[in-house]
Amino acid sequence: MQEVPDLLACEECDAVHRRPTLGRNEVAFCSCCGAELERDMSAYRTSVLPLAVASLFMYVIANVFPIVEMELQGIASRTTLIGSVFFLNSEGMPFVASLVLATTVLFPLLQLLALIYLLVAVTRSGYHPAFNLLTRLLQTVRPWGMVEVFLLGVIVALVKLTNMATVVPGVALWAFGALTILLAAVSSFNPRYIWRIALLKQA
Amino acid sequence: MSTTDTANTADSLRSASQTAQAGPSSKTAADLGMVACHHCATLWKEVQAHDRCGCCDARLHARKPDSANRAWALVIAACIMYIPANTLPIMTTASLLGEQQDTIMSGIIYFWVSGSWALAAIVFIASFLVPLFKLAALILLLITAQRRSKWRLLQRAKLYRLVEVTGRWSMLDVFVVTLLTGLVQIKGFATVYAGPGIAAFAAVVVLTMLASLSFDPRMIWDAAKTKAGKRA
Repeated sequence: MQEVPDLLACEECDAVHRRPTLGRNEVAFCSCCGAELERDMSAYRTSVLPLAVASLFMYVIANVFPIVEMELQGIASRTTLIGSVFFLNSEGMPFVASLVLATTVLFPLLQLLALIYLLVAVTRSGYHPAFNLLTRLLQTVRPWGMVEVFLLGVIVALVKLTNMATVVPGVALWAFGALTILLAAVSSFNPRYIWRIALLKQA
Repeated sequence: MSTTDTANTADSLRSASQTAQAGPSSKTAADLGMVACHHCATLWKEVQAHDRCGCCDARLHARKPDSANRAWALVIAACIMYIPANTLPIMTTASLLGEQQDTIMSGIIYFWVSGSWALAAIVFIASFLVPLFKLAALILLLITAQRRSKWRLLQRAKLYRLVEVTGRWSMLDVFVVTLLTGLVQIKGFATVYAGPGIAAFAAVVVLTMLASLSFDPRMIWDAAKTKAGKRA
C-alpha cells in the first residue's frame, strides 16, 4: 500500500484530479459531477475555535433555561428541552424520546466538545489519545445534529399554542436562535480538514 | 497505468467561478487501482483487502460495502413505516371541550384553515413533501444505478445531494410534538399526548436518512464509466 499525495479523488464520483493549490478562501469543484473537491480552510482555522467555544456557552443556556412559558386560566406551565424529552419517555415513547435527545442534545454537544478538543490538540505537538477516533466520530455524528430543525419546530409549536393560550418565549429560545447561527458557521468546517492540518504540522 | 497518465486526465480542474461541465471523461480512482479513504480522503494505490488507511486508520474500501442492498432494505422498511406514519394520530389533545386526535395531514389543514398559511406551507413541505420526495428519489436512484443507466448522470448526482440536504428537515413534526407534550400539561384544562403515529414518522425519517447515507453516489457514475471504457 502506497500513498498518492499529489492526486485526489472526488468523494461523490471517484474521478481522479491533480491536487490543486488553492489561494485564500478558494474552492475546487469536481469537473465531472460538480461536487466540492477541496476548500481552503486557512481562514477558518483561527475562527472556528472561538466560534465553537461561543456555541458551547449558548448550548448551556439553551438547555438550562425554559424554552417557552404558557399561561392558561392563570396556571403557568413551562418546559426545557430535556424536560420534554423525559416527559415523552415517561409517557411510553422511549424511541422518539431518545431520538430527540440524541439529535438536539447529545450529538451537538459531542460535536462541539470533539471539535474543540481536536482543534486544540492539532496545534500542539505530542501524543493525543483518541485523535483518530474523535475525528471519525465527528464525521459520523455530523448529519445527525438537528438544532436548526428543532428551532423551526419551536416556532411551529409556539404558533400552534397562541390560539389557545398566552405564550411567552423563554431565554432558551433566543439562545437556540444564536446557537443555530453559530453552529451553521462551525459546521461549515469539514472535519476532513483536521487531517490536512495535522499532516501539515507533521511535515 | 502510471500516475503521469492520470495527471493529464485530471487537468480539467476548475475554479469556483467557473460553471460545471458534465461528462464522464476523467478516470476514476477505481479504474487506476487506487482507493480513496472515505474518512480523510487520502488516496492510496496497491491496496490489499482489509487494509486500513495509513493516515486515519479507517478501513479502506473502493465503494461503500453492500451499498445497494443496504439502501434497498432501509428504503423498503421506510416505505412500510410511511403508512402508519400518515394514518395513525401523531398527537391527542384533551381539553374541556373533549378529545381531539391529529394526524400529520390534519395538523397541516388546521394551520391552513386558521389562517397561518406560511406555517401550513412549511409543515406541508417538511412533513409531507420531503419524506415522499426522499422515498421516490432514493428508489429512482437505486433502480437507475442498478440498471447501470447512463440517463441524466449529472441531474441524478444533484438529486442525491438534494436528498442529503433536505432529509433532516422532516424531523420538524417530531420536535413539535415533543415540545407540545412537554409544555401542555395543565391537568383539567388542556393536556397533549403523543400518539403512535409520531414514532412511525420518526422511524421513516431515520430509515430514509440511513438509506441515503448507505447509498454510494459513485454507483451513479460507475455504470456510465465502464460502458464508456468498453466502447473506447
